[in-house]
Amino acid sequence: MQFGIFGVGDLARDPLTGKTPSEYERMKRIIEYAVLAEEVGLDVFAFGEHHNPPFVASSPTTVLGYIAARTKKIILSTSTTLITTNDPVKIAEDYAMLQLIADGRVDLMLGRGNTGAVYPWFGQDIRDGISLSLENYALVRRLWREEVVDWEGKFRTPLQSFTATPRPLDGVPPFVWHGSIRSPEIAEQAAYYGDGFFHNNIFWPPSHTGRLISHYRERFEHYGHGPADTAIVGLGGQFYVREKSQDALREFRPYFDNSQVYGGGPALEDMIKQTPLSVGSRDQVIEQILGFREYAGDYQRQLFVLDGMGIAHDLVLKQLEELGEVVRVLRKEFAVGRPAHVPDGPTHESLKAAQSLKAQL
Amino acid sequence: MKRVVVLSAGLRQPSSTRMLADRIAEAVARDLDGLGDPAEVSPIELRDHAREALNNLLVGFPSPEFAELLDQVSGADALILVTPTFGATYNSLVKLFIDVLDEKALAGKPVLIAASGGTGRHSMMLDHAVRPLLTYLHAVVMPTGVFAAPEDWGAGHTTEGNLRQRIDRAAAELAAEVHRREPAKAYDMFAETPDFETLMGQ
Repeated sequence: MQFGIFGVGDLARDPLTGKTPSEYERMKRIIEYAVLAEEVGLDVFAFGEHHNPPFVASSPTTVLGYIAARTKKIILSTSTTLITTNDPVKIAEDYAMLQLIADGRVDLMLGRGNTGAVYPWFGQDIRDGISLSLENYALVRRLWREEVVDWEGKFRTPLQSFTATPRPLDGVPPFVWHGSIRSPEIAEQAAYYGDGFFHNNIFWPPSHTGRLISHYRERFEHYGHGPADTAIVGLGGQFYVREKSQDALREFRPYFDNSQVYGGGPALEDMIKQTPLSVGSRDQVIEQILGFREYAGDYQRQLFVLDGMGIAHDLVLKQLEELGEVVRVLRKEFAVGRPAHVPDGPTHESLKAAQSLKAQL
Repeated sequence: MKRVVVLSAGLRQPSSTRMLADRIAEAVARDLDGLGDPAEVSPIELRDHAREALNNLLVGFPSPEFAELLDQVSGADALILVTPTFGATYNSLVKLFIDVLDEKALAGKPVLIAASGGTGRHSMMLDHAVRPLLTYLHAVVMPTGVFAAPEDWGAGHTTEGNLRQRIDRAAAELAAEVHRREPAKAYDMFAETPDFETLMGQ
């Protein structure tokens, strides 16, 4: 199982100091989180993508390319890559390029984006969100898997005799996670291709997440990729841990109360009860996270948000150290009772091995 | 057994909105009995769920208890929606509740609309405000809306008789509509997801 952190680079005011970091400060700190994530033993760092303030996340592959040079093992991923408003040709090329730079330590999570105004800025329409995802991704797949592509679709200029460059490293395209929080159509898409499905279940109750994941698992089996419990599932989470739960609640509360997404709504305690928001002592949080299996089944990837909402830089660094400790326990505990046929999270190496096995048969 | 849900957006106790809702609910239940299609009629005071509805609006998902209530509404065979008149329209409790319901939850659902108000001069709010809101959601709104002004409650036999007639006419319309339909199924977004080939063809 893979553990990691993800973020969207929001520029938020720290309610305790009243200060908002500059884009430069925020970006430098995010890079520091990625480097530390590898040091504390995490497997994945995911970043991006937004094209509107207050986010500094418009160019994930630039950021990940730099982090690739500063790290050795950690998988570089996105949260998300916008499959709707980016040119699918550029997606195919950018991530194949990143593979070369990062020695294959690359996968990506596709998302639609839910801000209506962003679509027209990129010449699209939010009402075509699902259709854009389907058509664009179908093209990305072909560009990675076929040397020369002739193609014509609804949304983009046709292609004649086009070769996307560079070619995927070792002929193995980056693994793709399809991210969606409420669209069964995207779960269907992930299942059809046998790709991963990621549910960012922060903000969502287990009943909702569970239904979407079950739907994906059933359809994965339906399309002949293997038993439902071998489908590739990822979950989001949010994490704040202190030795004593009262300290965790006290320190996290001002960020929660002033957050754009939580503020003015249910109390922190209610959100901890109703959603995967994990704030408390180490033991409490471990118990809660292990409980995700009850509705998601044995799964492959768990990413956490640690930064954002204006949380102070030094607190984020401390939380990364904490997460390293917690993940050590989670690795052991998640392995207990996990059937042997349930696959691990895919890596470039595992996909390469699977591909050469297939070629031999 | 068919299920009729009564949504009442009154704010005070006793509430003339609730009084109107109860009378309409009784008439609908009576008429469905008469058609040999008895229904379970469940009144819901929106005020009791105002906080949960607001939380849902702010964070984007319902608490587990509130989710059950929303399911009850989307799975009902018919709705009776009764609002007080605020600023010549429905009050914000109604809109809050509508805004957190799934957009497809009321599609094809028979709805009887009614309102209480401080003056008979506002009676057109049912047709100018409440009806278009429900039409947008593709609900099947009964032709007769019931508006009750103060004089309908306190005045003499004639006006009281008029209110009763309006309630009876609207109730008969709703009962007939519920009776001729198969029992409703709750909206299920998974059941309605097309398979991949169909999605690609769209």
